[in-house]
Amino acid sequence: MHLTLEFGGGLELLLENSTKVHKVDVPIMDGEGKVAMKGLLSWVKANLIKERPEMFVKGDSVRPGVLVLINDCDWELCGGLDAELEEKDVVVFISTLHGG
Amino acid sequence: MGAGSGRTEAIMREIASLRAQRDELDSRIRFFESQLRIGGGGAAPTTLPPSLSTKLDAMGAHAVSAAGGGLSPDMVQRYSRQLLLPDFGVHGSLGIADGENVELSNLHGQIMHMETYVGQPKVKSAAAACRAINSSVKVFDHHLKLKAKNALNVVRQYDIIVDATNNLASRYMLSDCCVLLHKPLISGSTIGLEGQLTVCNHNGSPCYRCLFPNPAACQNSSDDGILGVVPGVIGCLQALEVIKVASRVGEPLCGRMLNFDALSSRFKIVNKIRQRSSSCTVCGDHPDLTKDTFMMFGYDSFSQSSNSSKPPAQSLNPLPRNARITCREYKRLLDSGRPHLLLDVRPVHHFQIASIANSVNIPLNELKEKLPRLRDALSERGDDSQVAVHILRENGFPCASDVIGGLESWAREADPGFPVYW
Repeated sequence: MHLTLEFGGGLELLLENSTKVHKVDVPIMDGEGKVAMKGLLSWVKANLIKERPEMFVKGDSVRPGVLVLINDCDWELCGGLDAELEEKDVVVFISTLHGG
Repeated sequence: MGAGSGRTEAIMREIASLRAQRDELDSRIRFFESQLRIGGGGAAPTTLPPSLSTKLDAMGAHAVSAAGGGLSPDMVQRYSRQLLLPDFGVHGSLGIADGENVELSNLHGQIMHMETYVGQPKVKSAAAACRAINSSVKVFDHHLKLKAKNALNVVRQYDIIVDATNNLASRYMLSDCCVLLHKPLISGSTIGLEGQLTVCNHNGSPCYRCLFPNPAACQNSSDDGILGVVPGVIGCLQALEVIKVASRVGEPLCGRMLNFDALSSRFKIVNKIRQRSSSCTVCGDHPDLTKDTFMMFGYDSFSQSSNSSKPPAQSLNPLPRNARITCREYKRLLDSGRPHLLLDVRPVHHFQIASIANSVNIPLNELKEKLPRLRDALSERGDDSQVAVHILRENGFPCASDVIGGLESWAREADPGFPVYW
């Protein structure tokens, strides 16, 4: 499944070359041809995160302070970990900032 | 009881009336002082230039006298080029709360401060900057660090609150305070080349805790640095949100969030962030927080509870004393000319900013690969250098030692001229 993943607010520092936008092909992980957010998170952790994975995930979800957007909508409104993704969806991970 | 409260009300009214008169006098004094500065004592231009009068006449909006409740000619002169209506924008007051003094390293990002105010309270500097632009502005400076113990008394005096703080503890504290007092919160934050903005606790929008129920593990701007224009951009956008909330015009960023990426010049507006959470412990249907518990709440420990951005060096076995030397001991070693190698394990870009003469830079994450002939290790605060010494000692360098306190101590104890860039 082709997805666009974006990392911001400093999360990009955990990825190779601090690249913010990644166009990826994520393998279908269940028998029904679907990718849920939970599966995507473990795929990102295994395939994209190069250092300090604890800054990205905590348990089977993202760590506190990371906003997740699916097609510019807060994932909490789309089902959170169970939200199902579709071809060409855009998923954004943004760490909250608190400097000023 | 009834008579007593009536008397109290009368006194309160009298105080309010006297304050209003004092404000009016202050405003007139500032106006005439500014006329002195502008005109060198000449006649003050209290009448409108003919062109403007004609224009206003044509619009059917001729300025009424100040006593009539509209704009005075001076106000029209000052405000007529702004997109502000006469019944908005020229009344009200601005409060600034801060406990710090201006530092040289603040000037690039906190653009209201001037060099001449370095060492003086930021609130004095900021108030002076406002008055330098407009001497009739009412600015109140609260020279204190806002904490749970004092925030209610300050925040309750204002209608709209702007969060321009730089740490997580203050952000939760200010948000909780605004929920308790039913004030809208314009929350802006920045780090590096990015900024975020949202309007909390207004028109059904979530509070900061609804958005982030648990504190995040991330760094503050003093660790990460910031590009000066970014807080300028976010600050201006915060002012815009204040104007919209105050004037009830337009669509404030309620339930939405703006993300600014300076590097790619992209503004991303997230149009659907979560709404107020009915289970929020502060603004939900059954909140735990009261004004009393708020004042006792330990925001510092709360916001540090999950702050694990750096694997702490303390989790390593502590180095034996003979594996560590103080900055003074190292200075003596350096001055003695005894052959040694000083290894600097900071990231390359830190090393390029400032380093000790003749030191060699191998960033910590490359150390295992590069293990050359080394004796001493040093880094910015000394945490990474302890890790480096562990690596070296485990890999055949039994005499490796770290300089206690790193460059921070070096600058303090051995070389006062060393640039403290962090």
